[in-house]
Amino acid sequence: MDAIVIQNLSKKYFNTVAVDALNLRVLQGELFSLLGVNGAGKTTTIKMLCGLTAPTGGDAFLNGKSIITDTAAVKSFIAVSPQETAVAPGLTVRENLELICGIYGFTKEIQKQKIDELTELLGLQNVINVKAGRLSGGYQRKVSIAMALICEPEILFLDEPTLGLDVLARSDLWDIIRSLKGKITIILTTHYMEEAEALSDRIAIMKDGKLLICDTAQNIKTKANTDNFEQAFIRIVKGDGL
Amino acid sequence: MRMFVFATRNTKEILRDPLNLAFGLGFPLVLIILLSAIQANIPVALFEIRHLTPGITVFGLSFMSLFSATLISKDRGSSLLQRLYTTPLSPVDFILGYALPIIPITLAQSIVCYAAAIVLGLNITVNILYAILFIVPISILYIALGLLCGSVLNDKQAGGVCGALLTNLSAWLSGVWFDLNLVGGTFKKIAYALPFVHAVDMQRAVLSGNFGDIFPHMWWVLGYAAILLILAILMFLRQMRKH
Repeated sequence: MDAIVIQNLSKKYFNTVAVDALNLRVLQGELFSLLGVNGAGKTTTIKMLCGLTAPTGGDAFLNGKSIITDTAAVKSFIAVSPQETAVAPGLTVRENLELICGIYGFTKEIQKQKIDELTELLGLQNVINVKAGRLSGGYQRKVSIAMALICEPEILFLDEPTLGLDVLARSDLWDIIRSLKGKITIILTTHYMEEAEALSDRIAIMKDGKLLICDTAQNIKTKANTDNFEQAFIRIVKGDGL
Repeated sequence: MRMFVFATRNTKEILRDPLNLAFGLGFPLVLIILLSAIQANIPVALFEIRHLTPGITVFGLSFMSLFSATLISKDRGSSLLQRLYTTPLSPVDFILGYALPIIPITLAQSIVCYAAAIVLGLNITVNILYAILFIVPISILYIALGLLCGSVLNDKQAGGVCGALLTNLSAWLSGVWFDLNLVGGTFKKIAYALPFVHAVDMQRAVLSGNFGDIFPHMWWVLGYAAILLILAILMFLRQMRKH
């Protein structure tokens, strides 16, 4: 069953086309990666799917709800972990999580249960009462992802989740993302080719707002006639691959 | 309910910044004590505690604009607002969530100022209670200014505009530091075309028990508050859409 159906989705800023008639389908429980060089239209696509930016053409349906006519319903079952760490710096980790729980109207008991579960999953027990603004970049990113997960979204958008993290922190986050596979639909954008290859069920590569290819990592490599996914990406983006 | 959750977060962010406490509560307190000391040595009618306290109380509100503008602009600058825009929080939740926490803080600030004034010799009357209550409409004016600046400026600009420009405007054009009649002319006309002096005159009228004298000052304050609030809401919604 489709979690996301994108139909001719477009976004123009004056004379610039950021996303050009994009068509895609993402299955429920799938981990789907959007790849592309800077300015490819990945972030604009995610912003439109989250209801942050209105499309100038086309539509997209998340769990059957239109992002144009049913934005409130869409917002009730999605969560976003933005590219930059999105935490309230003056609040403790626990208070950050309670903020999101409160916004989604969870009772105190459910709040406590969810916070306990997530802090254990993400290894945040030792910093639960520390102000988020005082944490390292890796921990802040974990808190940011915990804030996205705590509302139990059906569709999760992870925009560059491991950007700027060290090898160990990235490995930890990969494990967390893997543990979510199949349970929720995840849309991941990343500049790290090995990350997309290791984690994704399918990968879409965009350039200049257009979709170049959408397939599994293995099939993309086969179509680009190489064993190396990064090489395949370069060939496809440069137009040498297919 | 959602709005209160967001408002609680904003209250914590404001109150946990030691600079906010120092400027919001400490600075007006220092001014009252310092100017009362000057008044004790060189008597000036303007600095008598019954004249001085309403003025300092209103002047202290300019820091509330600074707090709210800085918080909003910092949130806009980070990805936190972007995240929250994808949650079920509505535009009304955002606007009230930023505005409402400031009101109890302004009341607390006024209570501290009047308590200090009582220690320094202000007669205890029921009018002090009324004066504290009449801070609420004035605080809406300053909250709207903060919301407006926070919606259109980045955090550095908000700090400059609200921290330097607004506090100075609020000080020089309010008749707190000197009698505007001493300057007169265009300066006085400009001052009375702006809301700051009206806010101070209204507070003085309430504290002295001359309730008939709160008009037309109250209309000026409420008029400016309404216009600025509408403008602030429009600007906030505009930047929300732009996000």
